[in-house]
Formats: sequence, structure tokens, C-alpha cells
Amino acid sequence: MSIFLDENSVIIVQGLTGSEGTKHATRMLASGAKVVGGVNPRKAGTEVEIGGHTLPIFGTVADAMEATGANVSVIFVPPAFAKAAVVEATDAGIPLAVVITEGIPVKDSAEFWSLAKASGKTRILGPNCPGVISPGKSNAGIIPASISGAGPIGLVSKSGTLTYQMMFELRDIGFSTAIGIGGDPVIGTTHIDALEAFEADPETKAIVMIGEIGGDAEERAAEYIKANVTKPVVAYVAGFTAPEGKTMGHAGAIVSGSSGTAQAKKEALEAAGVKVGKTPSETAALMREVFAG
Amino acid sequence: MDLYEYQARDLFESYGVPVLPGIVADTPEEVRAAAEKLGGTVVVKAQVKVGGRGKAGGVKVAHSPDEAEEAARAILGLDIKGHVVRRVMVAAGARIEREFYFSVLLDRANRSYLALASVEGGMEIEILAVEKPEALARIEIDPVAGIDSAKAVEIARAGGFPDDLIEKVAPVFERLWWVYRDEDATLVEVNPLVLTESGEIIALDGKVTIDENAGFRHESHEGLAGAADIDPLEAKAKENDLNYVKLDGQVGIIGNGAGLVMSTLDVVSYAGEKHGGVKPANFLDIGGGASAEVMAAGLDVILGDPQVKSVFVNVFGGITACDAVANGIVGALGKLGDSATKPLVVRLDGNNVDEGRRILAEAAHPLVTVVDTMDDAADKAAELANA
Repeated sequence: MSIFLDENSVIIVQGLTGSEGTKHATRMLASGAKVVGGVNPRKAGTEVEIGGHTLPIFGTVADAMEATGANVSVIFVPPAFAKAAVVEATDAGIPLAVVITEGIPVKDSAEFWSLAKASGKTRILGPNCPGVISPGKSNAGIIPASISGAGPIGLVSKSGTLTYQMMFELRDIGFSTAIGIGGDPVIGTTHIDALEAFEADPETKAIVMIGEIGGDAEERAAEYIKANVTKPVVAYVAGFTAPEGKTMGHAGAIVSGSSGTAQAKKEALEAAGVKVGKTPSETAALMREVFAG
Repeated sequence: MDLYEYQARDLFESYGVPVLPGIVADTPEEVRAAAEKLGGTVVVKAQVKVGGRGKAGGVKVAHSPDEAEEAARAILGLDIKGHVVRRVMVAAGARIEREFYFSVLLDRANRSYLALASVEGGMEIEILAVEKPEALARIEIDPVAGIDSAKAVEIARAGGFPDDLIEKVAPVFERLWWVYRDEDATLVEVNPLVLTESGEIIALDGKVTIDENAGFRHESHEGLAGAADIDPLEAKAKENDLNYVKLDGQVGIIGNGAGLVMSTLDVVSYAGEKHGGVKPANFLDIGGGASAEVMAAGLDVILGDPQVKSVFVNVFGGITACDAVANGIVGALGKLGDSATKPLVVRLDGNNVDEGRRILAEAAHPLVTVVDTMDDAADKAAELANA
């Protein structure tokens, strides 16, 4: 087992023929993921050669699903067209839509989330996220498959490179699934969604959660952990020393006033019995202690 | 991006939200001219992007052009919580009968929007929310459905407005929603929304936050960011599409990915505690897929900060290959030549790390130290900044 993604995942790429789509589809294929085609309404019926594979291009997500049995779409469509792409995927009822695109207006994300919620068929991951990887099984997004192999840790993170850093630190233990949920103010899959799935996944023995300043998602995750998670959880929060009122890259990572600070998040998590590291290396050490004893 | 009050006022006016006449002015003489033009009693209001300006002496009522000019002399140059007042708005006075509150904002937790309304305005909303939570209506707004006339009435009713006022404020709520929706705002707040003695509803003060990600479909938004607000180094970084925030410390930071860079700031701050209290000089994210050119542009910005004493380049090669980063560093230092004088500590891990480290070792640049782990590299950079 793993969560959201396994060896039976069949992946299509919206925006496959763009440079990012091509680059990352090549990497996904190289890691063994079943990428079976792309979607581009202007190139429907054509084929592309990617990483030694000949992939068909479909006009719509619905066509691609019907022809290939795809159950995951990874979306690399530019911001101005991303909403339409996600809405198309959710209208087609694809079970998982991974939105990699950075810089989508929050109004667009709020709208496609609202529509996906109403349809109830699609889990959206992202936007502005690195995707999800279940090492050795499948890989939907841009997380490098070479960092770590399979193992008993579940990872959920707002940040892409911190996901890579933490996977690297704990590569000798390995991961069931690592999920980057994205740092935008409106995201489809939350820390809590991932925690719930990891708790239910028998292959996951412990969970590492990476948060960052801004919003109160970590505080809400802490409450959830207290009430619902029996597996050990170790956490890291980035941005302890960030000044107030400055946006640090991720649109969501802005501190204003006292709420949303790293310190407040750390305290909430510790109150829920979660061990919180001050740095990535200290967090990795806390996870090692979990497995040592 | 937060807008100034006068920018919010102008936006409101263009959407048919009732506002008072207002004229912006940058000097006491301009304020006098504005007061003469408006006639009667005016209010001179500091234009700063921070709350509490009234208490700080940033808002004054003037009954004549003389008084307005005098008020402007007191307000212009005033420091309000670190924001120096460079511009004021001269607004027509109003005879206020009652004050209300209304806002629409992004509700991150529920991934939707929230309308807040109260017939009991006139105080800070944070205080109202704590002291009289029952008086503040919180109505979820579906991002697709938005606020139509029926929803506007529902909000007004929930906010405690009596029937005769509901018919007056509901159309204003609807128009404020149009501002929110059509301008890609994440906050539209009116505090206070007032009823005048002559029975008119007027948005007396407005706060609008615009989503910068939506800039591609709003040409008009480009002009809203005042050039004076931006640090010159931040402007230079922006030209190169770099995500840069100037801070006060001595250790320049370059990394890839917002989370990793934030984490790097933390690790450097902790290391600085052992080295004379040095701190990060900036936040600079060169992005998940950074190229050699981007690395060079980033180094150029950081080395242009006179406060920087050492630089820490912290890259985890996920998509980015470490050899490209190493080539970027070597190339940038070559281009800068003798003008590069600050030591660089480089930590590379991940994709093609061996090749990256080999390139740096071969270049053997006297300013560059390669350190294997993030913690040790932060320590070294802090030590060098304190030397």
C-alpha cells in the first residue's frame, strides 16, 4: 500500500507537449511511472516521442481516460489556462488531479476547488506543488525518484525542496508516499487529508509533516493528530526567523500579526504530542529515534 | 499587494460603490489647493499601508484650507509604525449618522470566501469579533456563485441591519463583491461603511488586497505598486524574475525553493547565535529549476548589498542539477572578476552532486568554500560574516 498513488496508477499529462510537461513526463517514465498519454485540444490525434515511448495526444481528459484507463492527471498548463484544465479534469471525473503549475490566481483555485468539491469525484493535489511519489510504484509530478527508495515513512509537506531535503536526510529508511501539497493559500489536498490517509495505510509506520509560516493549517493538523492519529508524527516548520508582513515566496507564507508564526505552529503541534525539529537535520534525527526505539 | 486607501477609493468609485470626493496630495500646498477645491470641511488622511493611523495622528479634520495645510504639515513625514507618510488624501467631510462594517475575504481554511458584516461598526473589527462576536455575521460565499442580490440581503440581515437599511446596503455589498471578483482581490474591506445624516450609504474607508498572481489579466494593476515602496535591490531582483526580500542581517542567502530558503534563514539565524549574532541579509529563491544564468543574476543582486559580509548558497538539486548550479557560481564569479570580494559558502546535494562539487573543486576559486551539510555550511557562513 501507499496513499493516493500506487503501481496501478495510470497517468496522463495535461500540457505534455509544453517544455515542462515534456521534461517531467520523461523523468516520470524513467522512474517507471505509467505515463500513457497527453492532453492538448490543438494536437488531438497526434503522437509524441518521449523518453523512448510513443505517447498519444488526446483532445480531452475524458477521451484520454476512455482510451487509456487513466486515473491520474498531472497538470503543467500555464497559469492563465490552468483553471480550465483542472475544471476539465474534474468534469471528466478523474480520481486524482495533480496541479504542478505555479502562479495560478487564487480566485481560479477557489473556483476549481469549489467545482471539484461539488462533483465529489476528484482529489486535487496542489496547485503550486511538486506532486506525489510512492517510491518503486509510481510518480506523479516533479519529485525526483532518485532521492529515496520505498520504506515506512509517510511525508506531507507544503514545500517542494524541503520535501527533497527531508527525503534525502531519511533515504536510508525510505518512504511509503511523499506528498507535496503546495504552499498556495487555496490547495486541494491538505495536511489533514494526507494524515488521514497515512493513518489508514498499513505500510506507513510513521509520518513526517513539514509546514511553514502563514495560515493555520498546521494548527488544524495538530488538532486532527491529537484526536485521530495513533502513528508517531514528527514535524518541521520553516520560517522561525521570518520577519512579519513579508511574503517569502510561497503566496501562502506570509506572517501577519501573531497567528501563523512558526512558534505558534510548533506549540500547537507539541501540544498534540508531535515532536518538532528546529531544523531539517534535527527533524530527521527525531524520526530516527522513532525507528530506533 | 495591499492598496492605499485612495487606490481603493478609486476602484470603488469605478464599480459604482458610493464614496466621497477625494484628492491625493504630496505637499501642504497641494493639500491647501485640494481643500479649496472640495470646499467646506475636509479630512486629511495619511496614506500608509498599516492600521491604527488615526490613533497615530494620521487623520485630521480641517474646517478651512488654512487648517488643511496645517494638518498636512503635521501628517506628511509622520512615522506610523515604521511607515513614513509621503502622501495624503484630502476627502470631503461627511455628517455621519451611523457606522457599519463590511468585508469579503479569502477563507483559507474552508477554501472559499467569507463575507463579514455588522450593523455595529465604528470600532476595530478585531475588537468587535472578540467583544461582541454575535454582532458580526460570517457568511460563507461560494467562489462560483458569489454574492447576488439575494445573498447580499442575507448578509445584511445576518449582520443585524434593519429592513429599511437592508435595501440601502445590500446593493453596495453586491458592488463590493464585483470589486472583489473582477479585480482578483483577496480582501475588500469597508470600515466604516456609513449612513449619513442625509440618508446616504457611503464607503468612508477602504482596504483592498490584490492577488499578484492575477497580474497577467489586469494591466491596470501594474501601476498600483508605488515604485517608492520597493527597495532598489528588490526591484533589481524582480527584473530578473527572482524572488527576493531584503532583510537586515549580514549573511546573504541564495537557495532553491521557498521552503528550503526559509529553512536556510532559520539555520543561519541559529548558527549566528554562536557567531556574534549575525543574521540573514535576505531571502532569495532562485526557483526549483534554476539555471546557471539565474544563479549568476542572484549572486549579482546579493553581492550588491553593502550589508552582506558572506554568502551562503544552499541548493538541493531536485530538478536543478548541481553541476548547472556550480557552473552558474563559477561563471558569475568570473564575470564579476575583482569586484567579487565576499566569501561564498556553498552546499550542494541531490541531482548530479558529485559533478557539481567536482566543478567547484576544479575551479578552486579563493572565495568559495564547499561544505557538505546544510548545518555545517550555515555555521561556516555565519563565522565568515562575523570575521
